[in-house]
This record gives sequence, structure tokens and C-alpha cells, in this order.
Amino acid sequence: MANVMTSGIAAGRLPADEIAENFDDLHPPLTPHEAVVASDRCYFCHDAPCVTACPTDIDIPLFIRQISTGTPEAAARTIFDSNILGGMCARVCPTEDLCEGVCVREVAEGKPVEIGRLQRHATDTLMAQQGHPFARAAETGKKIAVVGAGPAGLSCAHRLAMMGHAVTLLEAKGKAGGLNEFGIAAYKATDDIAAREVEWLMGIGGIELHTGQILGDNLKLDELANMFDAVFLGVGLGGVNALGVAGDDLGGVHDAVRFIAHLRQTDDMQDLPIGRNVVVIGGGMTAVDAAVQSKLLGAQNVTIAYRRGREQMGASRYEQDLATSKGVQIMFNVQPKAVHGAETVEEIELEYTADDGSGLKGTGETVRVAADQVFRAIGQTLTQDGGLALDGRKIKVTETGRTSNDKVWAGGDCTPGDDLTVVAVAEGRDAAMDIHATLMGVK
Amino acid sequence: MADLTTDFLGIKSPNPFWLASAPPTDKEYNVRRAFEAGWGGVVWKTLGAEGPPVVNVNGPRYGAIYGADRRLLGLNNIELITDRPLEVNLEEMTRVKADYPDRALIASIMVPCEEQAWKDILPRVAETGADGIELNFGCPHGMSERGMGAAVGQVPEYIEMVTRWCKQYYDKPVIVKLTPNITDVRKPAAAAMRGGADAVSLINTINSITSVNLDTMSPEPSIDGKGSHGGYCGPAVKPIAMSMVSEIARNPETHGLPISGIGGVTTWRDAAEFMALGCGNVQVCTAVMTYGFKIVQEMISGLSQWMDEKGHQSTADFIGMAVPNVTDWQYLNLNYVAKAKIDQDACISCGRCFAACEDTSHQAIAMSEDRTFTVIDEECVACNLCVDVCPVEDCISMVPMKPGEVDPRTGKVVEKEYANWTTHPNNPGAVAAE
Repeated sequence: MANVMTSGIAAGRLPADEIAENFDDLHPPLTPHEAVVASDRCYFCHDAPCVTACPTDIDIPLFIRQISTGTPEAAARTIFDSNILGGMCARVCPTEDLCEGVCVREVAEGKPVEIGRLQRHATDTLMAQQGHPFARAAETGKKIAVVGAGPAGLSCAHRLAMMGHAVTLLEAKGKAGGLNEFGIAAYKATDDIAAREVEWLMGIGGIELHTGQILGDNLKLDELANMFDAVFLGVGLGGVNALGVAGDDLGGVHDAVRFIAHLRQTDDMQDLPIGRNVVVIGGGMTAVDAAVQSKLLGAQNVTIAYRRGREQMGASRYEQDLATSKGVQIMFNVQPKAVHGAETVEEIELEYTADDGSGLKGTGETVRVAADQVFRAIGQTLTQDGGLALDGRKIKVTETGRTSNDKVWAGGDCTPGDDLTVVAVAEGRDAAMDIHATLMGVK
Repeated sequence: MADLTTDFLGIKSPNPFWLASAPPTDKEYNVRRAFEAGWGGVVWKTLGAEGPPVVNVNGPRYGAIYGADRRLLGLNNIELITDRPLEVNLEEMTRVKADYPDRALIASIMVPCEEQAWKDILPRVAETGADGIELNFGCPHGMSERGMGAAVGQVPEYIEMVTRWCKQYYDKPVIVKLTPNITDVRKPAAAAMRGGADAVSLINTINSITSVNLDTMSPEPSIDGKGSHGGYCGPAVKPIAMSMVSEIARNPETHGLPISGIGGVTTWRDAAEFMALGCGNVQVCTAVMTYGFKIVQEMISGLSQWMDEKGHQSTADFIGMAVPNVTDWQYLNLNYVAKAKIDQDACISCGRCFAACEDTSHQAIAMSEDRTFTVIDEECVACNLCVDVCPVEDCISMVPMKPGEVDPRTGKVVEKEYANWTTHPNNPGAVAAE
């Protein structure tokens, strides 16, 4: 039986009960009493800053007031009206950077209203009940293909189906959910919430899911555009940036997103091999999710190596503190210089960086860190753009998701903007409204 | 440290904090513990006539109104007077008074509106050594249906008559407890005075239904699916009580009549406010029913600290100090002009002042793109609603304009001289200033 001191890469470093505890809910649900106490703190602000900060414009003061008056179901409807993935967003949104970050009680006391947890309380309450809260409008006879069953695609599909359109949802992987299912840390999506949410969302009816449908492989965008009245592209970022240094191809060097996806789909975490010494290269949420979960699996030493300073890090201060509280070390201003090892990685050589105003440069000074595993988390790239016009490295879209093809809309990570679940939901929803208006000739 | 010793009708107590006649004072066990906790006096739970005691309901007696975080703001009850035998209560009162000679002990009494009933009970109460009696003419539920409590308190002639009997058959102070369930509290107070009352105490509880159960359609508290109005008390009734106290204190007919203030007293500050309006002491009930006897420690320390800060040596120094400042609307100075001012450093940009002013008042607050809220002096009538809804204390204040300045709302110069409605040109009944 392995333990945290076992050399190399090994499974079963921690006993089952400790693993279970480690991967339990990061923020446990509020009890009904806690929810009422927490909802009492909301000031019901005018033109509330939290709403402005929410990419999906959820009417937060209203739903909190609905909780405080004993109607969490009505609160959930308020949330779902704007954001049909409100359940998952309640768990994975970086609320400290969004609604809670601008809460006036954060300004006043440094303690915001717990909007995320209240949202979860409301959405959990309604989702635990029978049935689906929305009814479909009469069939319009319009057929729409939605490519990608991640947050953007699901949001778009639901809104279209609700308005009476027939949606064909095409997913490359074996199941729907996208990054909610494959890309979020397990302790933020416990109890199979991503899959349950998809099933609940599909309860609207009028959405037909087909898996194993890969754009650029067995799916061609121009064929879809001919077959359907409209197409929405909500594909993810298929490529992972390479480190671009010697040794990048050694055994033990992996993509962080694949590690996380594998972890999320594993039935027994004890079977998951993890290194004694793990180094994660990057500074975003994926880097934090990979590092923290490595630690929770029983890695002895986990280091995040980020090339810039704390303030530039993509992961919020809250996420940084979460990582360090779990025992992850964060090194700032270091970039990979080389990965060393015979056949598998043994250590990584990092070079210190500095920015004198003319761009980030290595200082020449290096440091070596022992590593049995190295995870790349330095960004992902779009691999399937369907031949559409691009804006940088992503699909160029208007505010409502129109692309250079007048039958094709796009949203989510394949388009510019923050790669957040909540942003993808907003883009999918807004594109659906525009598709509906376009097909039905309404404004 | 300030001296909190209070002399009310010649009854001395170490502080002005008494417990009102209510469940907390129903028996020896409670009263001893209250005195140990520091309470200055106790009005014993109301005694009824000799004979089989009253019975109470065997279901819920209390209903409540809550503020944020389930803080109890108002309590209502349908409990009757003591349901223990008269003899037991009298024996206990005798023992307690003997053991706590420095504390005030008052007997609250409610017997039928017949002379003989009062003639019977008063000598027995006198034997206990109690310092005085309080006539319960206030309870609005249950007993009032039997011609007692508020049923007496609502008829000034009865108040006068019974008070006179009490003064005739009892030689210690007589306090008349008034019901607020009337239209003009000055009338019963004057009647008590005419009957010879040494003091009045007010308010008793207010007729109330705290809530309706929307599943069973029964008022709460519900007894087997039915509810009856109860008596409302607690912090929510304090403004009503203070207004009534002030009416009696400034009415020429009753001015100077000692008052024991009751109604939502929860902190030392509430007590000081009642006393400033003319109360010689205060009686507390709901606050101890919510938090227990220990709160008297805060009331003692708080009142002492405030008195020291203000230089008051004894409670007599500030009792009634606010009474001359209670006046009729028609005498308020219409030349006093103020404007709201928002402290931008304290503002947390919640926008509640804006919503309140924009939707329901004078559209006198502007909101900028970056959520800065500023007062539009040209529109502000100084109504104070923004102050009242702001969650940050002292963030918005009402700043008086100086005489000689021009009020941008009216374009008129702020006058230095006092002028009220009685002489205002818009008043059809105005009289020329003399």
C-alpha cells in the first residue's frame, strides 16, 4: 500500500475515508435556517452592483428576498429565468470576482452576502422537486443544431427548446456537460451534479442529444448549415499549449485538463495514480484545480509555478488562498527552462523572470524542483473554427453571437471573452434569443 | 458613578428598572432570581379575587413579529392574570418583601368592579408589606370579556370610582395601569387623578393579531384552529407608548402626575427616553422574556455611563427634561430649513436612499454612472426618509441651513425668526403675529 512518501507515481496514497473527506463539498449547502440568516443580510440595493457584475444578469436582490420570505422555489425560478445552469454556477462561479466582490456589504464590512451559497440553496430546493419548472412554447417547426453540449450549448439549447424550436444537440464526448462534467474540480461539483443538471435541463423537452459527434471529423459545419435552419457553435478548446522547452515529451508530463477530466470520470479516486512531487505550470483556475486535487489525492509536495506575480495570476486571490490552505506551494515569477529526466520526469528547471517594462524576460537565474509529474496548465487553444472568420485565435462574433456565416452563431470558450461557465451560459442564452428573433422575424 | 437610586411615590429602589406585572413576576422563584440579578423592583403578576383561580389555555399563549435574523420585535399574549391561588401569592410576596426590603414590590390587582371585591382584597395585600398597588385596568384579552381589565380602563368613570375605593381602603401608593386601547389617553389618566391615584403606569398591551396561518386560516397563536386577539408588546410598541406618556406629561390637567413608563423598554437608552418624557421609572417585560433577567446589568451600566457623561447626579436630574420640547404640529418652526447631506466616505453605494427618494418621495437624490449618490438641494424637502432607510448609521445627516442663506428649493431666504402655522399666510385661520 502506497503512502504520501512513496516515490514516483503511485495510486492509493491516502486511505479511502480521507480521500472521501478531501473531495467532499468545498462549500457545503446552507441549511434552511442558515439560508434565512444569510438572506436577511441582503440590503435589496437599488440597481444592485451584484446584478451588474453577473454575466447572466440574475436578479440577485429579488431572489434573495424570495428566499427570506420562505419561497426558495420562486427564488430558483428568478435565477433560472436568467441562467438555466444556475445550479452549477452557484458552485463554480468565482463569486469573489463577480457578484460577491461588489456586494455593498463587502464594501462596508468585508463580508459580502453569501450570494453563491444562497443561489445554490434556491436551485437545489427546486431541482430536488419533481418536474421541470419551464413549459415549452408551441412547436415552431424550426430545427436548430447546437454543436457542443457544454454550458454555452446547453444554455442555448434550453432557451431554443423553450421557445418551441426543435434542437439537435451534438456532443463530441460520450456524455454532455462540457467542462462542468470534465473540467471543474471534483469538490466543486459533488454528487454528480453536472450530469444531474443536464438531465434536469433536458426535462424541458424538444432537445435530442447525440454523442460522439465531432466537428471537423464526422460533422461538417457547411452540411449542418444546409440541414438546419440555424447552427450554434459552442465547442470547447481542444488543444493544450506546450511548454516549449526540452523534455516536454518525457513520461510524467501531462495536460492538466486531461488529468482533471480523468479524475472527474474515475469511480474510485484511490485508483488514481499521482506523483509524490507534482509541479503544475500555469496560473489560472485549471492550474489551481489540478494542484489542489493532486494534493487531495495524497501528493507530498505540490508546487504551482507561475511566470508572473500574484496580482497578474488568473486564479483569484481566493483560489490562491484555497490552494495554499491545502498545502500547495505557489512560486511566482518563474518559467519552465527544461524538464529533466531519463525516460520520465525527475525534476523541472525553472528560470526566474522579471519585467522591466519591455516585457517579461528570464533573469538567467534558475532553480530546480523535484517532480514525478508535471502538469501543463498554460492555456488551451481552439482547434475547430469551422472555417469562420476569427478574432485573434477565436471565432469572431457580434454581441449576440453572430458569426461570419449568417446561419451560424457561436458562444462559450470558442469565442472571445472570459472562459467562465457563467459567461458561456450568457452567450448561449443571448445567441438563442437572437436566433429565435431571426428565424421568427420578431424583434 | 451616577446614583441610580430612584424614589417613586416615596418607594425607594436601587435603580429605576422594575419588572412589569407579567409572567416573569408570577412567583417567588422568579422574583427572587430577578432581584438577585439586580432588578430594582417588581410588580407582581396580577392577583384576582379569592376563590378558584382563573384558568389559562393549554396551547400557545404567545405570538411574535420578527425583524432580520429572527430578532423579536413584537410579542403578543393571551395569558390571563395569575392562575395560582391568592393565598399562595400573598404568602410568597410576604416572604420576598421581608428578604429584599431595599427593593420595590408592588401588587397588581384585578377584581370585579364592585366595591366589596376591592374592600376584601386590599387589607390582605396590605399585610404582605408590599410597597404599593397597581390597578390592572389594561389587559385587553380574556378578563376584559368578564368586565375587568381593559373593560374598566376604557371607561373613565369606572377608573375614577375604583381608584377612589382603593384610596379609601388602602393607605399606600396606588398606581393605575392604563390601557392604550382607547382614543385619547388623557381622559383615563385624568380620571385616575380625580380618583386620587398617586401615579399612572402605561401602556398595557395593544389589541393584536400577530399573524394568520395560511394553511389552517387560523390566527396565531392558534388554539385548536381558532385564535383570539392578544395583547401586543415589545420593541414595536415603544413609539406608541412614548407618545401616550408624553400626552399625559404635557397635558395641563395631568402634568406632574407621576408616571411609570411601560412599553418596549429593552435597553438603557429606551429607559432614559421614557424618563426624559416624564416617567419616574420604567417597567420591563418583553425584553426579559426574550433575553432573561441578565439584561438589567447592561441597563444599569448604560444608564450610569450616560448620566456620568451628561453630568446627571441622580435620575431626578433628567426626568421630564424632554417634556417641554413635545409640542403640537402647529407650533413647529416653519422657518427651520434643513437639507440632507450624504457622507461619501461612509456611503457603501447600496442606493436605498435613491430608490426611496426617487420612487416614493421628492426625486431629490441623483445617481451617477459610478453609483455616487448626491442630494439635489433644489428638490430636497429634508423629509428624512433617506436617513431612515440608509443601512449605515450617520452616513446621511440633516444639515440645518443658516439664516440668511437662500433655500435653492424655494428661492427664499432662510429667516432667523421662529414662525409657525398659526401665523402662516396660507392658514385660513391664521392670527396676526402680535
